[in-house]
Formats: sequence, structure tokens, C-alpha cells
Amino acid sequence: MDTAPPLLRMSGISKSFPGVKALDDVSFTVAAGEVHALLGENGAGKSTLLKILAGAQSANAGTIEIDGKAVVLANPHEAQQRGIVTIYQEFTLAPNMSIADNVFIGREPGSRLFINRAELESATSALTRRLGLDRSVRTLVRDLSVAEQQLVEIARALSMQSKLIVMDEPTSALSRAEVEKLFRLVRTLKSEGISTIFVTHRLEEVFEICDNYTVLRDGRNAGAGAVAETSIEGIIRLMVGRELSGLLARRSAGLVGPVALAVEDLVRLRTPTSPHAIELRNVSFKVRSGEILGLAGLVGAGRTETARAIFGADPFDSGRILVDGEPVSIRTPQEAIRHGIGLVPEDRKQQALFLALAIRTNLSITVLDRISNALSFVSADKELGLVDEYRRKLNIRMAGPDQLVGNLSGGNQQKVVLARWLALGPRVLIVDEPTRGIDVGAKVEVHNLLFEMANAGIAVIAISSELPEILAISDRIVTMREGVVTGEIRRDDADQEKLMTMMTLSVGEAA
Amino acid sequence: MTELRATPEKSAGFDPFGFAARFAPLIFLIVLMAVFALLEPRFFTSVNLFNVARQVSITGLLAIGMTFVILTAGIDLSIGSLLAFAGLVAAAIAKGGLSDRFTVGDDAIGYGWQLAALGAIAIGLIGGYVQGFAITRFKVPPFVVTLGGMSVFRGAALLFAAGGPISGFDKDFAWWGQGKVFEVPVPVIIFVIAAVLAHIVLSYTRYGRRVYAVGGNPEAARLSGLNVNWIICSVYVIMGFFAGLSAFVLAARLNSAEAVAGTGYELTVIASVVIGGTSLFGGVGTIFGTVIGSLLIGVLINGLVILNVSSYIQQIIIGVIIVLAVAFDTFAKSRRRRA
Repeated sequence: MDTAPPLLRMSGISKSFPGVKALDDVSFTVAAGEVHALLGENGAGKSTLLKILAGAQSANAGTIEIDGKAVVLANPHEAQQRGIVTIYQEFTLAPNMSIADNVFIGREPGSRLFINRAELESATSALTRRLGLDRSVRTLVRDLSVAEQQLVEIARALSMQSKLIVMDEPTSALSRAEVEKLFRLVRTLKSEGISTIFVTHRLEEVFEICDNYTVLRDGRNAGAGAVAETSIEGIIRLMVGRELSGLLARRSAGLVGPVALAVEDLVRLRTPTSPHAIELRNVSFKVRSGEILGLAGLVGAGRTETARAIFGADPFDSGRILVDGEPVSIRTPQEAIRHGIGLVPEDRKQQALFLALAIRTNLSITVLDRISNALSFVSADKELGLVDEYRRKLNIRMAGPDQLVGNLSGGNQQKVVLARWLALGPRVLIVDEPTRGIDVGAKVEVHNLLFEMANAGIAVIAISSELPEILAISDRIVTMREGVVTGEIRRDDADQEKLMTMMTLSVGEAA
Repeated sequence: MTELRATPEKSAGFDPFGFAARFAPLIFLIVLMAVFALLEPRFFTSVNLFNVARQVSITGLLAIGMTFVILTAGIDLSIGSLLAFAGLVAAAIAKGGLSDRFTVGDDAIGYGWQLAALGAIAIGLIGGYVQGFAITRFKVPPFVVTLGGMSVFRGAALLFAAGGPISGFDKDFAWWGQGKVFEVPVPVIIFVIAAVLAHIVLSYTRYGRRVYAVGGNPEAARLSGLNVNWIICSVYVIMGFFAGLSAFVLAARLNSAEAVAGTGYELTVIASVVIGGTSLFGGVGTIFGTVIGSLLIGVLINGLVILNVSSYIQQIIIGVIIVLAVAFDTFAKSRRRRA
């Protein structure tokens, strides 16, 4: 190692959000001309660290040094002036403007009032030639492919004289050939002394392109080193190496019945209007009544998309859904409900609850037909009885049935959503991140509820980004990566490292 | 955060802001009436108060329909125009002028108030349905669809009447606007009955629950298995029904229908609903609030007229009150979100 200060040194970085410590004394160093992989599970703290580096959030503690000098990155503009440019997974381009306009947006050459278009376009074409983007600089960004749009983002970064480009999951939307082209470009930039921070869930890419790696786990440094001195297994061990929380409930094996839901060759393709949508490619699996099937995968694996397609919340292009062995047509949530399928969506507040309405209204919304008379009047007695029944069964702590659901804690809100579906008596219940954002005590209660549902004969599909949770609640686990099912494993045969391997490698590689 | 979780009973305690928010329109109404009564003795006479009530009942009927629309976070700007068109159709039916619209005279054979009322309501229902269909099927924002409807129905009204009014109905027709039952004007009775029915529908029926749910969170409503498009379309049909009904009552009260009737009503009606506490963001609001809001606007206009304040200034005052009411609503929403 030479003695010159590194390009970037972040040390002792801590960041807390209300109730959560997202980063705890994290250090992160990137040398000039280095390609550095930043790795970790969902929620490990990668995004928070990168947001602090981009000036989008400020740390509670810690220092950032660039070329050995301490700096304060109060906002994204300051970070860019220091040569740090972040390319987010969702691009920040204006689709109806040209390539040149996008590259120099906010920094157009020219006088105070007028833009010097000739200079703008010649400067842009110099950059696009360097990047191998073979398009007129007047082309509108909306007419470009995802890979080309990414090049425009990189051109913008270079136009700011950046020394460090942060790429958040740059390959997730690219084909293999496009990925190789991007990697050649990253190597060229490297030879020019420009560093890259590379965030990816595809671990094999780390070994293809990166020099060094840093792994975060639960907001702390889990390990760092040279890529050449480790292996995929070594990195996976660092990513999942936490101990199983003793507080998690464990399911005693229940009686498993016949197949309640089968999904066959579910396909969902990207459309021009949503080029970043996650594709589903021939997703197939079965779940039996009385069984809890875990769907595991990293962000972007297509778990939520699969759930939404089954439930009729999003359309799909081809494939079959069978309930109790019979093919069914599901194009709307109403049809899914008619076939006995329920969905507890991943975002409780945006997708499940009516925050400004009373608990009773939130709970009874799925069963209004059952608690109202022929004239469509809702029976207050039946509704209050329903609330009372589930308040006791699920131990929902509330002031009263007329309390606004928005005033409940996260755990009690989630119980109201579960109660809504239990009241309907579903054959199949899909729960997407059932314990996200709720505290540990309520988490165990929700797990026990899922066990009770399975014991009562409901086929449960549980989606979770937390591997310990998946391992604790599932009888069987299906793993997905980028819209493809990559494996299936019985809970008793699985551990976190096996699952992480199945989730990060594609089918051929895992075999 | 942990503290918040530890006290889920928080909302059970007395919340002075929540209390004020809930009863602010009623308190404001009482204060306003007291002020006018002090300033001008003529205000607080039964003749004048019934007069206010009768004036309010036309826009009040529209405000009941508008409450359904705004509860779904929608808006309907076309009601004034739709009312004019429906009123002319009712008038033409009553006067037997459909086949012979330019010579609606004594020798024409009328079809009676029953068919006239049905005709007005049918026009309202159809107009509302067409707009609801465009909003839900073609995904055009309600603001744009009903802005278009505002122009279309006004044009239809002008075309239908060839620009002129149709006046002079028989006594049975006029009774619906001018008659009284035990000193209470008939339009007021219609308004009260409609308000009670609408309140029952919104508070006690499946349909009402679904309207609140769709307005409160359309995505959650969809994922709970509600037919969101159907609900949204239906509120514009209900709005159309009330536009037709009030067109009939207005024609009866004025003994005339004309193509420029109802101009600017959308402003008064939306103001009534919003001042009554219904949130433009959807999901929050009551018919009771709308009734209070309608009375408030009615009393305000009546009081200003009695005090000889220019009608130009009245417009300015109403405009300012709408903006203040919405600002208050936005503030209340941000408080709810923090809670």
C-alpha cells in the first residue's frame, strides 16, 4: 500500500432513524482508480451509506475525507462538486429532453440568459464518443434503451469531472452483452484514474470487475478486503453471518393437505412504459393447504411481482393459476378473492389501510356483504362483533372500534389487515413482508398467527427479505432471482448460507 | 416512536384541535348569524330565514351530490351547465314544447310535472354517467372531464332553447318550487329529505362504506376487492341525479328555465362541501357538514345582501373563504399524517 491518502475515506459513520440504527460506526475506504464492491443484504445499510456519500442525507456522527481533506457534504450539489456522482437504479433523466440537454442539465454552457447550443452539443458528443454511445446528441432520452440511458447518466457524471462514480445496481436491467460493455467502460475509466463504487446483488460480477469489497451487515462493517483473496462463499458468510435471533418463533410441523394453489409458467414482460419493471420468467411453484411456503430473494427478485400477479393486482402475459387443481382466470383482485385468495401487501400504509377511517371500517371492508342485510345496510352489531372477535383472537390493542387505524402502532395495524383477510376465510393467503416495520414482540405474534392459519388449513405464501424470518416460518422455501425461480428447498435442509447462494446465483451457476 | 406505540389510546383523550376542526363550521355559522342579527334586525325574521333556507336548498341539493364526488377525491365542475340543460328539458316537457319548441304557448299540450321531473333527472343521470364513464374508462382526470362537460352541457342548453327562456308553468309544477307545507317551503322539505337519505346511505350502507374506502385509499380499496371504477362512476351518476332534481326545483321556483341558469353554481357548491369539512383529498367528510356548509354560504350571501354589500365583494369573500377552507383541510391532513 502506498502512503498517499485514499480518494475517499468515511470513518465512524453512524446514522439513526426514529427507532432504528441504520449505520453504526461504519468505515469505508476507496482508493483512486479502484473498483470497489459495496455488498450486504437488504437493509444492511448500503443505501443509507450511499445517500450520505451523495449528500442526500447527513450522518449523525463520523467524518468523510476526500484526498485526505475532511469535507462536509451538506447536499447533493456539494457532493457533485467534490467529484462524487451517484447513478441511481431509477435513472434521473428527463425523458422528453435530448441527450445533450440531459447531460448538461443545470450546467448548460452559454451566457446568463441563453444557452450556447453549439458548445453544448459538441461537448456532449465528445463525451458520448468516449463512452461509445453511437447516437445523435439530439436524440430524446425516451427513445433510448435502458443501457443507452445508463451511458447518458455516466456521460453526465463525467461532464462533472467526477473522480468517483457510484453505481447502484447498474446491471440489474441490462442484458449480458450490455453488462460486458459496461464493464469494459468501467475498466477504461479505471485506467483514467476514476474510481467506481459498485453495488450489486449478482455476486459473480464482483469477481469479474471489482478490486476490493466491503460488506455491511445490520448497519455495521462485517468485513472488507481484496476480491482476489476471497470467494463467493466467503462473501456470503460475511453477508448473513449474524446469529439467529432467539426471539423468533419456530413452527412445529403441521398437517399438510392437498395442493391448494399452483402457479405454472407465469410470465410477465417489461413494457415500453415501464422499462424498469421486473420481469417474471416461467415462475412455477405449488403450495399445499396447511403449508407455509417461503418466497426468498433479494430486492428485484420478483417475489412481490409474483404475488401481485397471482392476486390479479398486476396483469401477466402468460401462464396458468390453478386453485384446488382447477385452472382459474384471475384478472382483478375481486376474482382472486372469489377464488379464496387473499393478499397482505408489502406496504401497509399505501396499499392496505384506510388510515383516516375507523378500525371497524378497515376490518370489515372485505366482508361487507356478509355483515349487511338485503337492503345493504351494514349491521352495527355484526360489525362490532367481528371487531371484538378479532381483537381477542389476534390480541389487537386498540382504544375502541371507532379509533382511527392510523393511530395504531405498526404491529396492531398489521393485525387489522390480517384480521380483514381471516374474516373472509381464504384458501390461500399471501403475506408480503408481514413484519416489516413492526417491533420484535409483535413480530412473534404475527408469526404465531401465520402458524395458526396454516394449522387451520390455509395455504400460506410468505415473502420476506429477512432470511431468519423465512427460515423460522416456512415449511418449504422457493428462491427467486431476477424473475426466475432458482431453487426449492425444505426448511430442515436449509440454512442462511444455502439460501443466500440460491438467491444470488442463477440456475446454471447454482447447479 | 416507542412512546407513540405505548399509547394507542391517544385518540381517546380530548383533542382540542380535532374538536375545533369538527365543529368549526357550525360554530362559525352561529357566530355569523348572531353578527348579522345584531347588525340588521331584518335578518332574523322568519320570512327572511325561510327565504335563506329556500335559496340554500337548490345549491344544497347539488352539494349533497358533490359530497359523494369529493369523498372519492373527485370534482364536478359541470353541474351548473347540466342543471341548465336539465331544467330546459323539464320545462319543454311541461309545456309540451318538445315537438314545437319555438311556440311553447297556451295551445300546446303539456305532459305534466311528473314527466318533466323524470326528464330532468334522466338528463342528469345520463350526463353524470357519461362523465363517470370517461373518468374511469379513459382515465381522464375528473377536473378535465367535467370542465369539458361544463362547456358541452352549456352548449347543449343554448342549442336546445335556441337561447331563449321557457316560462310559465301550471300550478302543480310551480308548487314544487313555490309551494309550502305548514309554512315550510317545499324545496326546503326536499332538501332535508335528500340530506337525511344521503346521510343514511353514506353512514349505514355497504355502498357508503365503499365510497369512503375508495376515497381514502384507492389502491387499498382495489386490493381489498372493491370495484373501484364502478364506485367512482357511480358518484358522478348520483351527482347527475341531484343536478336533475335541483334543475326541476329551480325551474319550478323561478317559473322559468333558461340556458344561463346555474352559472357559477359549481363554485358555491364546492365551497359549501369543502367548508363543511369534506376533504378534497377524499375519504373524509359528512352530509351533516355539507348541510352546515351550504347554510353558511347561504347565510353569508343573504346577510351581505341585506347589509347592501355589493355582489362583487360577495364574490371576493366567497373566493377567499374557499381558499382558507382548503388551507385548513391541508393543515388537518398533515396533522392526521403525523398522528
